[in-house]
Amino acid sequence: MLGPIDYSMWSVDFLVEICCLACLLKKRAFSRHFTLFLYLCASIAVGVGRYSILGTSGFTSEVYYYFYFYSDALLTICLYFILMSLYAHVFSEMGVTKLLRGGAMLLLAGTVWISYHMVATSSDKFVTQFVIELSQNLYFVGVVLTYLLWGAMMKLRENRTRLVQLVLSMGVYFSAFAGSYALDNLYQDAVVWRYVFHLMALWLPLSWAYTFMKVPEDARMATARVLVPNR
Amino acid sequence: MIAILIFGISVLTLLQFFVSYCHSLIAESRGHELSEQGREIAGVNGLSVRGDQFRRLLQLIALCPEPGDDNSQVRAVSLYFGLLGLGRTLFGWIEPAVTRWIDSERGGCAYVAAVVLDRRIAYNRVLMARQVSTQL
Repeated sequence: MLGPIDYSMWSVDFLVEICCLACLLKKRAFSRHFTLFLYLCASIAVGVGRYSILGTSGFTSEVYYYFYFYSDALLTICLYFILMSLYAHVFSEMGVTKLLRGGAMLLLAGTVWISYHMVATSSDKFVTQFVIELSQNLYFVGVVLTYLLWGAMMKLRENRTRLVQLVLSMGVYFSAFAGSYALDNLYQDAVVWRYVFHLMALWLPLSWAYTFMKVPEDARMATARVLVPNR
Repeated sequence: MIAILIFGISVLTLLQFFVSYCHSLIAESRGHELSEQGREIAGVNGLSVRGDQFRRLLQLIALCPEPGDDNSQVRAVSLYFGLLGLGRTLFGWIEPAVTRWIDSERGGCAYVAAVVLDRRIAYNRVLMARQVSTQL
C-alpha cells in the first residue's frame, strides 16, 4: 500500500512539473523546445491517470500495474524525442535533420525489436516484461546517445548555455534511471526504489525550470569552462 | 552480468554529467571579476577563493538583502558543495589526487558565493544611494 510519504512525493512531483510547464510558457520557449513541452504535458497527464486508477482500482491491481509500466514506456519514448530535438538543435547548421530523424527512428525500432527478442526468448513471456525491458533499454540507449551528443558538442565547441544545460540534465537523468533500473533488476524486492524513482523524477523538471528561468536564450559560455572550470 | 555492466557504465556517466552540469552553473560566475570592496568584505586575498571560505561567504550572503534572482543559484551551488564534501569524506582517503580535485571544485563553489556576495553588495550600494538621493 501507498503511505503518506508516497502521496507527498507524488504531489511534489506533480507540482514541480506544473511549475516547470509554467516557466516554459512564461519564457515563451515552448515552440522552440516543443518536445519538452510535449513531455511535460504527457507526464502531467500520466500523473493524473495514475492517480485516478489508483483511486478506482487500487495500488495492487493489475490495471494499475499495466498502466504504470505502459505509461512509463510512453514517457521514455517522449524523452527519446527530446533527445532527438536536442540533436537537431546542435546539428542545425549542418542541415542533417532528416538524416538524424531517420537514424533516430531506426534506433528506436531496433531497441523495440531487441527488447521484444529478449522477452520472447526468455522463459516467462509476460507482456509487461516487454514494456519493462523496453524502458530499461531505452534509458541505456538514452545514456549512450546523450554521451555521444555531449562529445559532439565539446568537439563543435557548442557554447549555447541553455543547450549545454539541457543536454547535461538529460544525461544526469538518463544515467540515474539506467543505473537504478539495473540495480532494480539485481535487487527486485527492495522497496526503496519506489522513493528513489520519485526523487529522480524531480530532477528533470527542476533543472529545466532553473535553465528557462535563469539562463537567457542568447547566453553563451566558453566550453572549456565546463570541462575545466577552475583554470 | 548485463545489469552490472549497465550499472557500472551508468554510474560513471552520471558522475561525469553531474559534474559537468555543476560546472556549467559555476562557469557563468568565473567571468565576473570581484571588486576590491567585495574582496575586502569577503576576506578574499589573491585571485582564487578557498573552499573553506564557502560557509562564511554564505553567512555574509544571508546578511545582505537579496536582489531576488540569485537564490536558486546559491542553493544549487550549496548542494554541489555538500556533495563534494560527502565525496571528500568517502573517497578522499583512497587517493590524494581526489582530495586535491575536490578542493579545487569547492574553491569554484566558493568563488560563485563570493560573486553573489559582490553583486549583492553592489545592489545594496545602489539602493542606499537611491534612498539618500530621495531624502535630499
